[in-house]
Amino acid sequence: MDANPILPPQPTGLTPPQATPAPKPKVVLEARGLVKRYGHVTALDGTDFELREGEILAVIGDNGAGKSTLIKALSGAIIPDAGYIFLDGKPVHFRSPIDARRAGIETVYQDLAVAPAMTIAENLFLGREILRPGWLARLLRWIDKKKMLEEASADMKDLKIGIRSMNQAVETLSGGQRQGVAVARSAAFARHVVIMDEPTAALGVKEGNMVLELIRRVRDSGLPVIIISHNMPHVFEIADRIHIQRLGKRAAVVNPKTISMSDAVAVMTGAKVAEELSPETLAY
Amino acid sequence: MAEQQPGTTQKPGSFLERLPSLSILGPLVALLLAVVFFSLQSERFLTGQNFSLILQQISVVAVLAIGQTLIILTAGIDLSVGFVMALGTMVMAKFAVELGLPPLLAILCGMVVTTAFGFLNGFLITRFRLPPFIVTLGTMNIAFALTQIYSRAQTVSGLPEAHLFWGNTFRIGETVLTYGVVLMIVLYLVVWFFLSETAPGRHLYAVGNNPEAARLMGIPTQRVLLLTYTIAGFFYGIAGWLLISRTSVADPNAGQTENLETITAVVLGGTSLFGGRGVILGTLLGAIIVGVFRNGLTLTGVSSVYQVLITGILVILAVTADQISKRRS
Repeated sequence: MDANPILPPQPTGLTPPQATPAPKPKVVLEARGLVKRYGHVTALDGTDFELREGEILAVIGDNGAGKSTLIKALSGAIIPDAGYIFLDGKPVHFRSPIDARRAGIETVYQDLAVAPAMTIAENLFLGREILRPGWLARLLRWIDKKKMLEEASADMKDLKIGIRSMNQAVETLSGGQRQGVAVARSAAFARHVVIMDEPTAALGVKEGNMVLELIRRVRDSGLPVIIISHNMPHVFEIADRIHIQRLGKRAAVVNPKTISMSDAVAVMTGAKVAEELSPETLAY
Repeated sequence: MAEQQPGTTQKPGSFLERLPSLSILGPLVALLLAVVFFSLQSERFLTGQNFSLILQQISVVAVLAIGQTLIILTAGIDLSVGFVMALGTMVMAKFAVELGLPPLLAILCGMVVTTAFGFLNGFLITRFRLPPFIVTLGTMNIAFALTQIYSRAQTVSGLPEAHLFWGNTFRIGETVLTYGVVLMIVLYLVVWFFLSETAPGRHLYAVGNNPEAARLMGIPTQRVLLLTYTIAGFFYGIAGWLLISRTSVADPNAGQTENLETITAVVLGGTSLFGGRGVILGTLLGAIIVGVFRNGLTLTGVSSVYQVLITGILVILAVTADQISKRRS
């Protein structure tokens, strides 16, 4: 490392201190200068974002730091007031979650976004049901329940969630299993990115670990994953890099293998700024 | 036996899985008990002719209740059903009798009016995010007033043949059935297919069950709602045609008790007022239950006030069951 170990307070430049310029891995999803205001509240104040190939990127931040707003902008749930989003280097403009999904970004929402009274298979295919073959079926939009059941079983088997029947209502499942359904749905349909909002919140220890394992499996299948979480041990256990959001901006991107949890929290709460961290803990 | 490979078996499993069909079991038991009871009380009850009569008596409410079921499945409610139907019948009758339009065209105009009212309900609910209860309370009064104004509170009679078509009868053995009853059953089968076998039908359930989830999964929830209310209006038009076929007149005061009767049928049939749960054939069952109680109590000489009383009790029981099952889940 040739970076200066002594870091004088930097002039308030917009560019964070750069580590050694190494060949960066391919960037899958990128945002530049995102701004979102709600009335006089500025949720995003020109934030940047970068997700690389094959990684799990955790987004952490205090309440009101704008992490949910950031994720909503990336998943199309809100439209930013300013700034740019690039997917595989190409600018994209999501006007709705459907746009983002069409572009290959799947989101697992915190409140799970499942229809509890409907079956697992139906939930997996909600909004993109498999239709029976033939013009009549197409005209009537006649769904192929059997095929949906088979494919649902295959998807869930891949993720090893251990649910017996795809024909049972989601409300009969435990919290972890429901989360599993939501993750499986995203993993089955995502082509570029999976976003997970608080995937382990409200889960017990065992189920939380099951979901973490699930997230790793999704990454290992080749999909980069963004997770937002308040659970620091989980974040440090699973993330390849950590994006710290503070006051509507990206405060730092750090490496969970080299930074201490207390330093990460210090940046998150503003007790430290990125410039005070030692360079090897940064992961830009 | 070794532990099952996760997610591979398709055995129709646990008791919990079959819960939805349980919601229809209660009404079915109630119906069977009522049938047994009335059969013991009156020998005229358990005859084909009497059951044909019951089906005729419920046909209008049952067809209205199709629209009501669709709406309640989206977690909405429609209080304007009967009054919109009455307006439709008035248009069907007066356009033919007074304006001299071809009968079928007049009927079509009536259906356009009821469908437009359904659209209006849906538009106000989706565009301005108004609660369905208030919107349809408003359109209920508007439809009632329009009916009275347009008809000058006069009954219209002397209707052409086409208007009375569904009252025509045919025989199966000893039993005489009307075409109207057949239409009712066909409509129920069509809507059953739509709700359980097509993508838009499943979307309707999803919108009622968790609208936010449906939206995030890319279902155009507002359009689903708008279409649901509009289609319901179309069914009110068909019910209007059935009504004038049965009564041979267009009565400006018709349809006033149908609002609660449709809701009764839906709730008795096991559809949840909270939306997203229920089956359309349950509504038919619910309508039959009300019909059987009415008919049976009449045959056993019980005053009609008690029929109303018992219907009221049945509704409260059904809603309570719905609330308890919701809390459990």
